[in-house]
Amino acid sequence: MKYLDEYRDSGVARALAARIRARVTRPWTLMEICGGQTHTIMRYGLPELLPEQIELVHGPGCPVCVAPLELVDRAIEIASRPGVIFVSYGDMLRVPGSRSDQIRVKAGGGHVRIAYSPMEALKISAENPDRQVVFFGIGFETTAPANAMAVWQAKRQGLTNFSMLVSHVLVPPAMRIILRSPVNRVQGFIAPGHVCTVMGFKEYETLTAEFRVPMVVGGFEPVDLLEAIALLVDQLEDGRSELENQYSRSVTRSGNGPAQLVMREVFEVTDRQWRGIGPIPASGYRLREEYAAFDAERVFGTSDIRVQEPPECIAALVMQGLKRPVDCPAFGTRCMPERPLGAPMVSSEGACAAYYTYRRHTGAEATR
Amino acid sequence: MSGFVCPVSLSATEVVLLGHGSGGRLSSELLHSVFLPAFHNPLLARLEDQAVLEFGGARLAFTTDSFVAKPLFFRGGDIGSLAVHGTINDLAMCGARPVALSAAFILEEGFPLSDLRRVADSMARAASIAGVTIVTGDTKVVEHGSGDGVYVTTTGIGMVPPGVNLSAAHARSGDAVLLSGAIGDHGIAMLSAREGLELDGEIASDSAPLNGLVEEMLALTHEVHAMRDPTRGGLASTLNEIARESRVGIVLREDAIPVHAGVRGACEVLGLDPLHVANEGKLVAFVPMQRAADVVNAMRRHPLGTETAIIGTVTDCDPGMVTMRTVFGTTRIVDMLPGDQLPRIC
Repeated sequence: MKYLDEYRDSGVARALAARIRARVTRPWTLMEICGGQTHTIMRYGLPELLPEQIELVHGPGCPVCVAPLELVDRAIEIASRPGVIFVSYGDMLRVPGSRSDQIRVKAGGGHVRIAYSPMEALKISAENPDRQVVFFGIGFETTAPANAMAVWQAKRQGLTNFSMLVSHVLVPPAMRIILRSPVNRVQGFIAPGHVCTVMGFKEYETLTAEFRVPMVVGGFEPVDLLEAIALLVDQLEDGRSELENQYSRSVTRSGNGPAQLVMREVFEVTDRQWRGIGPIPASGYRLREEYAAFDAERVFGTSDIRVQEPPECIAALVMQGLKRPVDCPAFGTRCMPERPLGAPMVSSEGACAAYYTYRRHTGAEATR
Repeated sequence: MSGFVCPVSLSATEVVLLGHGSGGRLSSELLHSVFLPAFHNPLLARLEDQAVLEFGGARLAFTTDSFVAKPLFFRGGDIGSLAVHGTINDLAMCGARPVALSAAFILEEGFPLSDLRRVADSMARAASIAGVTIVTGDTKVVEHGSGDGVYVTTTGIGMVPPGVNLSAAHARSGDAVLLSGAIGDHGIAMLSAREGLELDGEIASDSAPLNGLVEEMLALTHEVHAMRDPTRGGLASTLNEIARESRVGIVLREDAIPVHAGVRGACEVLGLDPLHVANEGKLVAFVPMQRAADVVNAMRRHPLGTETAIIGTVTDCDPGMVTMRTVFGTTRIVDMLPGDQLPRIC
C-alpha cells in the first residue's frame, strides 16, 4: 500500500536503529505525545530495536484516557435518558464511568450508536426528528475540526434536535505542565503528527525555545517513529534544542487553515479537567455562546455531576511518564482491558492497554 | 453523586452485552459462568466446536450454530449460505464428513416472503454444493420489531472416518501452523455493507464449505493434530483457544499471514486488526513440521486453499500464549479481545 509500506520497511527500520545505536553515548528519556504513536511503538516492538540507553515514556495524548470520569458519567446520564440517541466514537463506549458504561447503557435499552464521523450524527438527527441526538465530541485538535463543522452545519440547517457533549483538549498546555514539573524526566519529545497536521507546529517552536527542549513532529508508522527518535538523539548528543518536522508529508508550519477557521468560529478556549493530570488552565475548547443551543451540557443540565478518580489507579503518573504501566500493582491483575480501573487500560491507544495487549510477556525490559 | 465508587467491572455485569457474542474473552466467560456449570458433562467440557459421539464402532459428529446477520444479503453470500457453511465447517473441523443438516427459522412478522425464498434457495444451493441435505426443520414467528427479519439455526451430523482424531487440545510442540488463505474478508465485507463504507475494491465474504478441502488433507495424512475455522473473534481468538486447550505456545510470523490488500486498507482506515476480523471459509491446521510441506501442497491444489501458508510454529515456551515475530524481528503478543473490536477515535 502506497504511503504505508515504505514506512513499515524492516530494512529501513533496522538501518535507523543502527544509526541511533551508533550515535547514542548516554541515557536519554524521550516521550511520544500521542496515543497512536504509543500503539505503534508497542505493536511493532520498537523498544527491542533501540539501544538500552533510550527510554521511551508514553505521553498524555490518548483522548479517551484523559477524558475525566465525571465527563464519562455525564455522557452516561445523557445516554440513559428516554428519547435520546447518543452517538460516539467506538473506543469511548467501553470507558467505565463511576457506575456504568455506554455498553451497559445500550444493553439496558439506551440508544447508543457508534459513528466514524460526527456527520453521521447529523444524519441521524435529520432522520429522527422526534429524538434528541447527542454526539460525544471529545478528542484533541485532531477531531476538533470535524466536530466544529458538524455543529456549524447543524446551525445552518436549523436542527433543533442535535447537540454535542464537548470536551476537547489541547496538547501544548499539557506539555507545558509536564515540562514545568519539578520531577520531569523527559529530555526530548516526539510531537503529535496528526494534531500538527491541523494546527501546524508554531506552538511547538515556542515550547522548544521556552524550555530549550528538542522536539520532532513525528508520524505514526514505525519508520516515522524511529526516524523521529534518531533526529532527537542527534539533537541531544549535539546539545541542540530545535523543532524538526519528520512528518513533512502531512504537516506544514501553519497547518490546515480552513480547519482552524471553522474551529475558531465554533469553539473558544477554556479551562479543562484532565483525567490523571488535573485541571489545566486554557487547555481545551468549549462551544462559543452563539452555539449554546447545541451544547449538550446546557440542553441536559448535567454540569453538576462531579466524581473523584479511583485512588488505586496510577494513570496520572503513567501519563506524565513518571511510572510505567508495569509498575502499577493492579496492572494485569485487578486492572485488565475487560475490567479497567482507569481509562489508559480501556482504549487501544492507552499506555496500559497497549502494554497489556502487546508487551506483557516481556515485562519490565519492554519499556526501555 | 459524590465520593469514590469503584468502576463496575465488565465481567461483574449481570446482563447480556453485545460483546458476549463477539467470540472473544467475554464469550468464553459466558460459557464458563453459565452453560458449562449448567450442562456439565465430559463431552461438552472438551470445548470443541462439535461433539463426537460413539455408536457401536461408528463415530458421529454433532454440532449446532445460530446465525444473525446484518445485512441479511451481502457480497459473497447471505444468512442462508452462511448458516449452511458454518455448520458444515464445524463438522469438518473434526474431520467428519457432513451427512445431514436441520434448519430452524425465527421469522419476524412482516418479513417479505420473497426474501425468505431467497434465503431458502441459497441454503439449498449451498447444501447441494457441499453434498449434504437439509432433512428437518422448524419455524417460529415473533412480533414485528422483535427480530432482524430472520434468524437461522442449523444443526448438523457427520461421520468421523476411522483413524481420524482431531482436537483443539492435540496441537504439539514442533507442529507447523497452516492457514488456508487470506484473513478478514468476511468481517470487512459485512462491515462495509452494514455501514455503507465506500471502500476501494469490492471485498466479498469468503463464506464457503470447507469439507472438501479437509477431505483432501485427510486423504494425504491422518497426522493432522488440530483444525479449527477462525470465525468471529478472528484468527487471534482461534489460535488463543488452541494454545490454551493444547497447553502450548504458538509463534506466528507476521510476514507469512496472507491478508488481501482491500482488507488491509479497510483495517487501516478503521483502526482494526485483521487478526481479529471474522472469516467464514478459512481453516487453521496443526501438522507435524515434517508433513507440513506435503499438506500445504495438497491444500493449494484445492480451490479453497490456493493461498495456503505456513504461518507459524508450536513451541513448549509460554504455554497458552500466542506471540508474533513482527516484520521487524521483534516479538509481540497476539491476544484475544475482551469483546467486540471497537474502532479507534483517530
